[in-house]
Parts: sequence; structure tokens; C-alpha cells
Amino acid sequence: MTVQTLSLLVSLAAIVALAAVFLRVRALSHTPVDYPPLLARAYRLGRIALWTMVVVGLPVTVWLLRYMPHTTAAAVADPQVVNVSSTQWFWEFDRESVEASKPVEFHVTSTDVNHGFGLYDPSGRMVAQVQAMPGYINVMTHTFEAAGDYRVLCLEYCGLAHHAMESVITVTAAGGSNG
Amino acid sequence: MAEAQAAATGGTAAMDRGRTWVVLYLATTGVVILLMMVFGLLMRLAQSEWIVLDPAVFYQLLTVHGIGMVGIAALGGIAILWHFLSAHVPLRSAALAINLVLFLVGVVMILWAVFIGGFAPAWTFLYPLPAISGGVWEPWAGVLDLTGVLLIGVGFLILCLEMGRAIVASQGGLGRGLGWHVLFGGSTDKPPAPTVVAGTMVVIVTTLALVAGATIVVMTILNLLFPSLAIDPLFAKNMIYFFGHVFINATIYMGVAAVYELLPRITGRPWKASRVFLGAWTLSTTMVLIIFPHHLLMDFAMPRWTMVLGQVLSYVNSFPVLAVTGLGALAIVHRSGIRWDLVSTLLLIAMFGWMAGVIPAVVDATVSVNYVMHNTLWVPGHFHFYLLLGLLPMIFAFMIHLARDEDVTARGGDLTAILYLLFGLGFVAMFLMGGWASVPRRWAVHMPEWLVWDRIATVMAAGVIVLAGVFVAIFLARIPRLLRHG
Repeated sequence: MTVQTLSLLVSLAAIVALAAVFLRVRALSHTPVDYPPLLARAYRLGRIALWTMVVVGLPVTVWLLRYMPHTTAAAVADPQVVNVSSTQWFWEFDRESVEASKPVEFHVTSTDVNHGFGLYDPSGRMVAQVQAMPGYINVMTHTFEAAGDYRVLCLEYCGLAHHAMESVITVTAAGGSNG
Repeated sequence: MAEAQAAATGGTAAMDRGRTWVVLYLATTGVVILLMMVFGLLMRLAQSEWIVLDPAVFYQLLTVHGIGMVGIAALGGIAILWHFLSAHVPLRSAALAINLVLFLVGVVMILWAVFIGGFAPAWTFLYPLPAISGGVWEPWAGVLDLTGVLLIGVGFLILCLEMGRAIVASQGGLGRGLGWHVLFGGSTDKPPAPTVVAGTMVVIVTTLALVAGATIVVMTILNLLFPSLAIDPLFAKNMIYFFGHVFINATIYMGVAAVYELLPRITGRPWKASRVFLGAWTLSTTMVLIIFPHHLLMDFAMPRWTMVLGQVLSYVNSFPVLAVTGLGALAIVHRSGIRWDLVSTLLLIAMFGWMAGVIPAVVDATVSVNYVMHNTLWVPGHFHFYLLLGLLPMIFAFMIHLARDEDVTARGGDLTAILYLLFGLGFVAMFLMGGWASVPRRWAVHMPEWLVWDRIATVMAAGVIVLAGVFVAIFLARIPRLLRHG
């Protein structure tokens, strides 16, 4: 399952659960009861919800920090390096082909305004991105899982032809490339 | 209550003028919201390939739609907050007048810069795009636009300072406005009213946001006039997102005053500022100021600790909304015997939209998710969720409330609100689906495989506009009477 699909399903489940609570409250709202006991029960529920979010959710979000892409760059030994330069409205790479299953270090910068370096797999799904900024070199490490033509799209609005700022990086099968 | 407060402060006439200005604020808000929605519809129509828009025009619409919605969300939100806050603290309505004049002058300058000068850097105007347009616009257009933005910011700053002055004068300080004497001092004094707590939070965070925003706007104007005065792009980005994140979030904290004030009147149940409530607002005040780095998770040049803060604290920031404010709204209507009508249903939708909108926002603030979803349509998906289905229903509910002479007797009309919810849900769901499909945001031209989401969204957007038009029309039709009777 892709990160996108998992994100969609988690969001959808939470939103539907929330909607069910609202619909239930609305459906039961016509019959009045004493407010103070109801409020006390609501406070109890609130405390349970809060502690659930703290005890369950907080460790999860901290655990998810292990997947930060920022940490991988320094940890990779002997990566394939691609220097990426962006300019209104085109991309330049010092190599256009890399090998699958072997880490690639993208050194991304811009010669003019902010751009967004977005890598899309052959099915059109984004697999990685990093901002391209003038005056900075952002290092992103990504390991391509499969060979194919990966599109590079601009993901930060950069002016008139932002939507036309595209290029391609070719990923060859492991062990059979010039990488 | 407002009249009683006015009499107590010896200012009945001043209160009347305040109410008149609030009506004018809402009228401006209604008209501009509809116009901005139409601009949004035009963009979705173009992405659907149902109309042809020159990309230059598309990005001009994008720029105006973005800055226009941010500005008008604040104008509508401040109208709500001012109206209810003025019943608790003595406010001087001259600040409202100054702000509206500055706002309208600023809007004219922005429209001139964009549609005559061709200035289109999106609302974010990320440095150095205002100065490097690829030959599309001249520097004068950037100076004109950003000066207009600056004027609007100064107007809102004047309003914040006036509200801050009034809260300090009546409550004894901003800390007491947040109820810290009860929360931390163990005081047995009566805590401030929920609207005062919300107003204090808005004053603190909006003032800081506006100062940061004005600073980067002035720096960008100076760069346009004197190109040798360069700015660090990462610093500029931090300043812009701090301003933008805090300011747009503050608008919903302004609007929530309608929920705090109207639901108790409708249900006959009080909404009291408990210690939990006060703690939640203090937490929100802190969190909203420090979680903005979640907009910069893909700027790997940022220090790593800012990424950790951006992810973890974005999650923590959802606690007060989900577990305190939302739950409080549900408790107040649960088994209350309420007869649902247009106003109460819009308020319930607003709380749902706010809470539900937080969910995809928190998901996207997770670095590993942001890595493949940042700057896709997922992002407009989550902020349209809590603006279209959170803030706007608060504004529409307040408009209808005023149009009904502030009478809270149920009068039906909830079907219109439910239709608005359904079309709104359909509209934001298509943004989220676009994000799932990796569709980049802010693209004038879409690829054929993305059109399905665009076309459904376009139909839904048309429905939203029709229903929003109904709410605004109900209010506008009552304006002559509202202005006559003060």
C-alpha cells in the first residue's frame, strides 16, 4: 500500500467516525435531559479522548519520525550523485540515468526562484520531493525500486510556465547501467 | 447584552455605529466571498478543460483568489468577534472604520497590480519571485500589490491593538484575558467569558503574525525598488509562512465566537470557561505560533529540530480543537431539545468542518507523508475543508442571525445548510482525491488522467456557490432594515 493510499484511508476513517458522532448527536438532540450530568459525562469523555490521543497517538507520531528523509543523506555510503539545477522553467541534471536498488543522492538547487523537485514513478505516483531554493543545496536521498522513466515535475509555484516545467530521469535495472 | 454594555460604558451611539460597521463588514465579506468563489470556479473549469484560460490569467486568478480569501476570511471573522466582544469589553468603532477604508484601498491596489500589471506570484509571493517573473510583470506591479497588502495588514493591526487595549483595560491584562489568574494563580475570581478568551488569543497571535508579515512585505518592496538589497530566501520563506499560517488560523478563532455566543442562546445552556477550556486556549495560543515549520518540511536546509517540532506539535495542536472546543459544542446541543434551523445547523456544520479539516492537516504534517503529498492538491483539500466547512458556515450563520434581528427562535431552513455541507464535502473530497493521485497544486493545465477529479470538483463548486449565494442574498436583502434600525 502506498503512503498516499494509507493517508487517504486513515483520514477517511477518522472523518467518517467524526461524522457519525455528529449525526448521532443531532439525531438525539430533540429529547432534552438535564445539562449538568450530561456535561460531567462529556468532560469524562473528553478526558478519555485526550488521554487516548496522548498515550496512543503521541508515541505513534514520534515513532514516525524515524522515516524522516533528511536523515538518510549522511548515512549512505557511495551513493549515485545527481546534481540538479532548476531555472524558470526547465530542469538540468548532470546525469540523466541512474540505477535501481542503489541509493541516489540528489543535490538540488535553483538559479532563480523557488521550485519544487518532484519525482513521479512511471504510473504517475509521486515517490519523493524536495524544495529547490536559490542559494541553498538541498540533499535528498532516494532509492528507486524499479526501472523505468521517472518524470520530474515542478511542485513549487514559480511563474507563468510552472505547469510546463517537466523533465525525465531514466532508471535502469540494477547492475546494468552507467550508474 | 450589547445594549447593556453600551449603556454601562455610556456609549449607546458608539455601539450603534459599531453595529453599522459590522453590517458593512459582513456585506463586503459576502460580496467578495462570492467573487472569490467564482474565481475559484473559473480555475477549476480551466483545469477540467471545460473552458480555455490563458495560463497568465489563471495565475492572476490564483493570486487574487488566495490573497482575497485570506483577507476576506479575516474581515468576516473580525466582524463576528467584534460584535460579540463588544458586549464584554468597550471597543471604539473608529478602528473598524479605519480598517475598512484601508482594506478597500488595499484591495483596489491589489486588483490593479494583478489584472492591469499582470502581477501573479500567488498569495505566498515567495522571494525572489516578485522580482523575477520571467518578463511577465514589471517591478511597479509588485510594489503596488505589496503596498496594498501592507495597508490591509496595517488596518488589521489597528483593530488588534484596539481590541488588545480594550481587553487590558477591562480585564486587567492579556494574561487575565486568557484566564491565567484562574488557570495558574488559583484565583477564585470569575473567569473571563469564552469570547474574551478567544479575543485575547486572536489579539496576541494576529499581532505577532502581522508584524512578521509587514516586515517581510517591506523587505520585498525594498528589494523590488533596490535589487541590490537581497534577502535570504529561506528566511523570507519562514517569515511568510509564519505570517500566513498564524493569520489564517486566527480567522477561525475569530469566527468561533459565533459558536460560543449563539449555541448557548439557542439551547439555553451556558458555555462557561472552565479550567480545561482555559488550558486548551493557552495551548492553542502557544501551538499556533510555533508549528508553522510544518509548511517547510521539504526544505531540507532547515534545522532538523524544526521538522520534529513541526510534526509532533502539529499533532498536539489538534488536542484543544478535537477534545475541548468540539466536544463542548457537541455537549451543548446533545439532548438539549434544540429545534434545528438554518443558523444552528450552520454552526454544527462549522464545528464538524473545523474538526474534520484538522485530520488531513495533521496527516500531511507527518514528514514521511509530506514527502509524497506536499504541494499536491491534498493541501488545498485540508485548508478548504476547515475554511469552506468551518469558518464560512460560522460567517453565514452570523449573517443569518443578524438578518433575523438576532432572534434565536427556530425558523427552519436547515435543508439549505445540509445541501451546502454535501456540495462542500464533495468539493473538498475531490481536492483530497487529487492529492492521493499526486496532482500538483497551482497548475494551470492538468493532465488527462487528473480530469475526473477536476470535473466532479467543478460541479460541486457550482453547487457551493449557489448555496453561498442564497445565504449572502438573505443577508444583503435585510441590510436596508439593519442600517435603518442600527
